[in-house]
Amino acid sequence: MTVSTLAPLQTLDSYRNEREYPFCPGCGHTFILNHLEAALEQLQLPPTQVVLVSDIGCVGLSDQYFRTNAFHGLHGRSVAYATGIKLANPDLHVIVLMGDGGVGIGGTHLISAARRNIGITVLVFNNFNFGMTGGEHSVTTPPGAITATTRTGNLERPLDVCATVAVNGAGYVYRGTSFDKDLPDRIVEAVRYDGFALLDIWELCTAYFVVNNDFGRKELLGMLDVLGMETGVLQKLDRPEYARKLQDVRKRPTDGDSMSIRTIEPLYSSPLSRKLHVVLAGSAGAKVRSAAKAAGYAGVLSGLWVTQKDDYPSTVKSGHSVSELIFSPAEILYSGIAKPDVLVLISKEGLDQVRHLLAEMTADDLLVTIPEFSDVPTKARKLVLDPRNSGIRVTRTNLSLLLTATTLRALKIFPPAALEEAIRRFQARFAEENLKVVQAAATLLASVDVPSITL
Amino acid sequence: MTREYVDGATAIARAALRSGCDFFAGYPISPATPILLHMLRELPKVGGVGIEAEDEIGAISMCIGAAVAGARPMTATSGPGISLYSENIGLAIMGETPLVIVDVMRMGPATGGATTTAQGDVQFIRWGTSGGYPIIALSPSSVGECYLLTQRAFDLAERLRTPVFLLTDKDMVMSMATVDVDEYHDIPIGSRPRVPPAKPPAADGTRINAVTGRPDGRLRPEETYLPYDFEPIDVIPPTSPFGGPHITRFTTSCHDEHAFLTKDPQKVARLNEHLRAKIESRRHELEFGLVDRCEDAQVLFISYGTTARAMREAVARTRAEGIPASALTLHTLWPVPEQLIIDAARGHTRVVVAELNHGQYAREVERILYRHAALHRLPPPTIISLTRVDGRLLTPEQFLAELPSPQS
Repeated sequence: MTVSTLAPLQTLDSYRNEREYPFCPGCGHTFILNHLEAALEQLQLPPTQVVLVSDIGCVGLSDQYFRTNAFHGLHGRSVAYATGIKLANPDLHVIVLMGDGGVGIGGTHLISAARRNIGITVLVFNNFNFGMTGGEHSVTTPPGAITATTRTGNLERPLDVCATVAVNGAGYVYRGTSFDKDLPDRIVEAVRYDGFALLDIWELCTAYFVVNNDFGRKELLGMLDVLGMETGVLQKLDRPEYARKLQDVRKRPTDGDSMSIRTIEPLYSSPLSRKLHVVLAGSAGAKVRSAAKAAGYAGVLSGLWVTQKDDYPSTVKSGHSVSELIFSPAEILYSGIAKPDVLVLISKEGLDQVRHLLAEMTADDLLVTIPEFSDVPTKARKLVLDPRNSGIRVTRTNLSLLLTATTLRALKIFPPAALEEAIRRFQARFAEENLKVVQAAATLLASVDVPSITL
Repeated sequence: MTREYVDGATAIARAALRSGCDFFAGYPISPATPILLHMLRELPKVGGVGIEAEDEIGAISMCIGAAVAGARPMTATSGPGISLYSENIGLAIMGETPLVIVDVMRMGPATGGATTTAQGDVQFIRWGTSGGYPIIALSPSSVGECYLLTQRAFDLAERLRTPVFLLTDKDMVMSMATVDVDEYHDIPIGSRPRVPPAKPPAADGTRINAVTGRPDGRLRPEETYLPYDFEPIDVIPPTSPFGGPHITRFTTSCHDEHAFLTKDPQKVARLNEHLRAKIESRRHELEFGLVDRCEDAQVLFISYGTTARAMREAVARTRAEGIPASALTLHTLWPVPEQLIIDAARGHTRVVVAELNHGQYAREVERILYRHAALHRLPPPTIISLTRVDGRLLTPEQFLAELPSPQS
């Protein structure tokens, strides 16, 4: 037997190397790995195209005895590594070697791999306890079994590994024992299956489980009956394999290039000669951030530097939404606002977040709000706008833009056309309805006397 | 002047794609989710794979698996997710896996404040996995730097075969900023060293190591190169992807040159020294930062990330008033850019380290400058830790308050 160094896709007569297995006499791992060796010989796959991914525990040593690629990773994560490997290269044959310990700690990866039906083969070396660390109980320890951590008998219900993955969509599911003569054929079948395949292979841990429970081959076979767990191929589904399916999705038409730099050349100009701090204080879900963004784009379209910093709770459509905007003729370094020059107060939730800012504001500053908050105590001058004078139907979601647009129109930091252009160019999806709101701002502003503001 | 109005998340995703990133696995978490969304939307367009994993452990595991299969991966999360990445960060170090990890910091500990900015993960990412081995961490303080340092992170991750953190924060990633498009700089992105094709055996039948091109009696029958051969000790070992022309072994455990598990003290010591030396011997290549020295200044401010912006504003203001001050914006946080800090601090009597935590980097600056002063029998500067942990940014005024009053 030779391995060519020149033909990477050549197959092998034997996929085992010369190293001897390190397992205890009678350990099921040796039997299962012999079955795997026989299966690999039958499969005749190029060893460069096979990856054995081993978990932790005695089974974690297994990858070192084969002439294939190998990945030995952390406890319980073997299925997730295998998923990454398969996604990166769907042509690879990825075979996971894990124990019942790995099933327990990495259960969520196993369930998700089954749900996806990702094309990997999982061999569970199931000997009902942790062999490497001293025979502690695992998720598959049978009821009543004595282990290092269940000294008076296991009280937990054993996990049905096959049923768990099967009910969650695993394409190929098999249960058997290390004594099964047809195991190589089943492994071959599983590797050839184009989808997620799991073989739950029951075996003996001669170091601990056998000794602690007077347990042998007869007892192991009997336990299958006692627990009512069926053997053989338990599920074979016709489901698309995930890694390939993801490749197919890539070929679908997409929304085009959305990552290129969206350059903005100034179309308008601004009389602003200093930093202007504007805070919009409203409610989450009421398009505060969207209104702020339109204002920001309008500023950049007018040759200004703009920053926008948002604050909101972790909930989505409840609570406050506060956007802090800075407009400046020069680059803005610090984007925080200690005291706004202009505060647009839109809702009660917003008010509760900006009371400290209201307290800081002086007679040089401006509070823009609706009649509901006209009595809010502040030294700032007030511009109270009654949305009913805007000529449009005002809702929870367009009030933010209406007040923002009216404020910007009053401030005259850029021409109203800048805001309209920003909406057309950067918020095209809702441009039609938002442009109506911006136009209504003119009507609304005409209904009040505007205090003068120094720019 | 051509500008863009954009957030850091867009710049990071754009730079990742420009760097050849072709794999992203992540799990939704504020404030890193915008990066997940960008990458999952964009990767299919360039033939890459983007996946929302079942949890953070799955996300980083998939990235590592993909990397060993030849992909150029990135993942993004926040502090709670880094906690779940912890064990696999060690695996990425041990297996020498190129991987870019974006940590968008939020208020901690634990769930903390999901949408509140902070800089509390600085020491956590450095020491967050067992063993204490070196990592690389870069920290942008503008959208332009998000773009540049993401590329640098890919370049270093690839060339040094190691996890590289892009340490940023909610305000940098999710706030909109105006960027002069001239600020976007592209750099060449390196690749992990690859094993050349296998060669036929020598005339006497001795097999040839594909990496060295020389006969190598250590090669096992199935091997065409040794995956973990460190000669010299700090060399970045060439690698071959799963599915490539060579059989490749990868392992999380202490290993010999074949990637077989070993407890041989000599081999274990050599492996561990290699993991340290490959970063340490390249320190001088990793010292990125922006030194803005002012002659006659007594005070040097040092900061990074969002906080550096307030620092730069404070420095501009005080200079306009005729009071000098110097500033050092750190772009590399790990390994500590020692020479950069020593050079920047020279001649200053007071060093103020500003950050949104309880002084995590101030201790590094103290360590470097006090040691330097002791070694050279110089008077050490007074080192002040300027901190804020209420979820708000340090203000320029807080920096200015650290300047000596004109009378003194």
